[in-house]
Amino acid sequence: MTHAPLTRRAMLVASAAAATLPALSTAQQAILTRAIPKSGEALPLIGLGSWITFNVGNDPAGRNASTAVMRAFFAAGGRLIDSSPMYGSSQEVIGEGIKKAGNASRLFAATKVWISGGSNGPAQIEESRRFWGVPKFDLLQVHNLLSWEEHLPTLFAMKAAGTLRYVGVTTSHGRRHDELERIMKTQPIDFIQITYNVASREAESRILPLARERKIAVIVNRPFEGGDLIEATRVKPLPAFAAELGCKSWAQLMLKFIIAHPAVTCPIPATTSVAHVQENLAAASGSFPDQAMRARILAAVGTA
Amino acid sequence: MSEWWTYSLSDFLLFSPRTYHRLFELYNEAVWPAHIAAAALAIAIMVSIRRNDGRTVAAILAIVWLWNAWAFHLDRYATINWAAVYFAAAFVLQALLLLWTGVVRDALDLSSRSRTGITLFAFALVIQPAIALLVGRPWTQSEIFGLAPDPTAIATLGILLLARRPQWHALAIPLLWCIVTGLTLWTMEDPGALLSPMAAALAFALAAWKTLAPSRKPRDESHRG
Ligand SMILES: NC(=O)c1ccc[n+]([C@@H]2O[C@H](COP(=O)([O-])OP(=O)(O)OC[C@H]3O[C@@H](n4cnc5c(N)ncnc54)[C@H](OP(=O)(O)O)[C@@H]3O)[C@@H](O)[C@H]2O)c1
Repeated sequence: MTHAPLTRRAMLVASAAAATLPALSTAQQAILTRAIPKSGEALPLIGLGSWITFNVGNDPAGRNASTAVMRAFFAAGGRLIDSSPMYGSSQEVIGEGIKKAGNASRLFAATKVWISGGSNGPAQIEESRRFWGVPKFDLLQVHNLLSWEEHLPTLFAMKAAGTLRYVGVTTSHGRRHDELERIMKTQPIDFIQITYNVASREAESRILPLARERKIAVIVNRPFEGGDLIEATRVKPLPAFAAELGCKSWAQLMLKFIIAHPAVTCPIPATTSVAHVQENLAAASGSFPDQAMRARILAAVGTA
Repeated sequence: MSEWWTYSLSDFLLFSPRTYHRLFELYNEAVWPAHIAAAALAIAIMVSIRRNDGRTVAAILAIVWLWNAWAFHLDRYATINWAAVYFAAAFVLQALLLLWTGVVRDALDLSSRSRTGITLFAFALVIQPAIALLVGRPWTQSEIFGLAPDPTAIATLGILLLARRPQWHALAIPLLWCIVTGLTLWTMEDPGALLSPMAAALAFALAAWKTLAPSRKPRDESHRG
């Protein structure tokens, strides 16, 4: 576990940058955005993951529940949904959900290519596109760096041809940061996706500073460590200082901890619950913790 | 896979327990009244065992393994787990092995009356369908012999233990399935996770004992055939 040398100034800059671009929202408080470094396009500070939660197969009840989560996500000003061909039926469920939700016009569609061998990439990407029912993806990421040397040329070519807007790579659980660093230094990627949360802070030492330096957007997966952090704090009373940040739950406190890092573009918590997606998006509003406050959050969670 | 030691089983779990159990509920609903046919096949197996008609038993087992491959793994499970395509292939292979051993070669002599075998078979027929209820889930999520893979695999193990000489090539896939399903349920923290692996361990131990000490009578058997 490492601590980033985050200065208070960096924090203030980050919050200011975030605060300048409120997204369209029907929620009481406008959801804040942060710019994608390479393009300046504003992205809401909370996205939506889909691992496990949206893999409900053909279960009509599961599909309706997933649609309800997506509808609530868009209603609160959310845009980026992340998925992968690895996630079973999730992409089909997202496709059905965004169609039925009726309010997905500002969707930022982010999925992955996850297959051995570059020659298999285009067919998988096309299949994913059909599942989502979108004309093109906003972001395609090489999932877990699988065959990245072969997939990246395909993705860059798609971007050049205008059939893709951004290119990225993903990893998680703090794995393969050496290789990720090499890719960030040598490839003109727009996004990385990594794990970063109050308990897993491996990315603070090299990856997050390098992302700022190289102007690479950072999507944060596993913001709640797959739900373990929610479980671990279930019986802990919420510290009094949470109110200062406008946080009503541990989940919001943990999301604000992540968003406060200036290199982070957006965490993508996954959920099956409308109340939780609303709670998560609400964390992208108000003020963000400075360095001292972040340390207090770590101490309160018990991961300092 | 690099840094494999950093992976845990839960990294490979693709679905929630709720989705997994709902799969059985929707499947039961969709295939009804196949349950009646499955029960009839179970009775036919019992009658055939009494007659030491290994050929009929093997043919029926092959049918239910094929059914599981197609109706469960490919048609249902594959919607939430891409690995189900490989499970289906293994189940088809098991059906072929049963046909080869029991029907083509007629080599399934089921006259040993192994008490462990009969117990496992009875467990798969009677207890396994009740597990959903016993752990507090709706009975509509029951897993039935012939239709669902777990009771089908355990019943098959039980029946194959009735063979005088263990047919390892026919035991292998059901044993492996018990481990796969045990790991899946274990990762979902299911209270019944250990049942299938325990049944497999029992079947494996008895089959190994029979193989290694073929001349001695296993204590749990009385040879009547
Ligand atoms: N290598 C990769 O590319 C990679 C690896 C891992 C993850 N990812 C991506 O990152 C996304 C997020 O990671 P994750 O899904 O593994 O874990 P996560 O977002 O850290 O945790 C998800 C869990 O948190 C719970 N949760 C969400 N919001 C909550 C709230 N407000 N209060 C209480 N509980 C809440 C959810 O349960 P409820 O349903 O009850 O809300 C769910 O079980 C994934 O869905 C996936 O899209 C990518």
